[in-house]
Amino acid sequence: MNSHTEERTFPGARRPDRTTRHDAGGVGISVYEWGKESDPVLFLVHGGSDFARTFDVFAPLLAAGGWRVVSWDHRGHGASDHAALYGWDADIRDALSVMASITDAPAPVVGHSKGGALMLQLCDGSPYRISKMVNIDGMPSKRRMPDVPDHDQSRMLANEIGGWLDFRHEAGASIRKPGTLEELAARRGKMNPRLSKEWLEYLVSVGAQRSEDGWRWTLDPSMRFGGFGPWRPEWSSLRMAALTIPFLGFLGTVDEPMGWGARARDVKPWLPAGGRLEVLDGVGHFIHIEEPDHVAGAVLEFLS
Amino acid sequence: MTPLETVHLAHNKVSLALHRVRDGQGRPLLLLHGLGEDSSRMASMDIAWPGPVWALDFTGHGQSTVPMGGGYSCEILMADADVALRHIGACTVLGRGLGGYVAFLIAGARPSLVRGAVITDGPGLAGGPVHVSSTTEIAAVPRAGTAPDPWAIIELSRDARPATYALTFLRLAMHETDLDEPITSCARVSPPWLEAITPEAGVLTGVTVQEALDIYSAV
Repeated sequence: MNSHTEERTFPGARRPDRTTRHDAGGVGISVYEWGKESDPVLFLVHGGSDFARTFDVFAPLLAAGGWRVVSWDHRGHGASDHAALYGWDADIRDALSVMASITDAPAPVVGHSKGGALMLQLCDGSPYRISKMVNIDGMPSKRRMPDVPDHDQSRMLANEIGGWLDFRHEAGASIRKPGTLEELAARRGKMNPRLSKEWLEYLVSVGAQRSEDGWRWTLDPSMRFGGFGPWRPEWSSLRMAALTIPFLGFLGTVDEPMGWGARARDVKPWLPAGGRLEVLDGVGHFIHIEEPDHVAGAVLEFLS
Repeated sequence: MTPLETVHLAHNKVSLALHRVRDGQGRPLLLLHGLGEDSSRMASMDIAWPGPVWALDFTGHGQSTVPMGGGYSCEILMADADVALRHIGACTVLGRGLGGYVAFLIAGARPSLVRGAVITDGPGLAGGPVHVSSTTEIAAVPRAGTAPDPWAIIELSRDARPATYALTFLRLAMHETDLDEPITSCARVSPPWLEAITPEAGVLTGVTVQEALDIYSAV
């Protein structure tokens, strides 16, 4: 578990009011709640390579609006178990398991990035569980392919697959590189270039693990960013178009390494009937972290 | 059939059981079983091969680790096969059902190591829908933690195998091989991914499993 002996503070950030452990089919999932237990439930879903405590500013704003905000660390992320296997369906199953442990009644969800895309699929398969959806830059659309000849694409893909297979041989023995709190924040800053040093250092203090040789991110080192596979991002668009619940989407206009690169023109044709998309100029992928008050206000109004 | 030897190979947090089922001289043959089966089903196949024959238990099957909570993909099983390849070296791969699809994938991923991949009928050959589909809500399964892992059967029977994806792997299989036809399909069933590749250059059809093995053992 995380050491809180050096927990930093950040303006508006508040640790969860309750932290519990949930068994999702043998995988231990850490669950966090902000707000009164008696308030209506709102699920908050983080993105890939992230963790629930990245909502430490955003979630309290929603809780202050009268919601019991429930989030969790996906398997392999944050304080949840490192699993042997990872997959899209497994993430959805873990989500269903956590959600069902809280309520079987339809509840609203707010998903960021991969969390938003996961919720599009979960809602498609289990529409009776979700009453309204907010999607924060989790609306992947058809990738813009670079203009390279077929044989070069083959070589690039061959290298990617070969590199992934080589990595799998060593994955079981890999451990994350230790560093000072500031070093870990700087590493994450490469993926989150628009977020402040103070915020990233706060995240290290609540989301990394400290041992004798330094701090380490808890993200399972056997997972690798990016990759290949049969999954097509445009499938999310098709699922989104079929939704029948009220829908609010957010997009920023600044591309970031952890974003999908989706543009408003890619997303708008696939919005569900009556759905609305808000585009924030000059904002990156972590819209709710860059503009927490604005996004929380819009979400609370949408949910009211 | 009792294996001559079983080695346990690490693949991330999983211990894979790889069985040497026959001795011989020459290039090895690697056998990959179908969905829900294990290596014993392959080891009992009536086939002739001059070299040593190895049979792998995929993750969640046979004597390999059964992980908790699922998360299977054919790409992970391809990595299982790659772990076996690193142990036994360049080989021909014969796969049944799901193992046939994985044999095809690893032929694309490691074209210089796989000296022919043979696809045969069996459970898990088809995979799931090739278009966007709804996910059935299944939160728990009976027999969790026992082989064959029910999560493997659920997830690997509905994983997407788009034709374009299969064609990409065929292109990769042709990329760095001196074999004219690195893939042979002996399957009578032809799911969309297999239907997409069988008319293409590099895929041999119309032969029996034994004829395919004879061809690959001679090159």
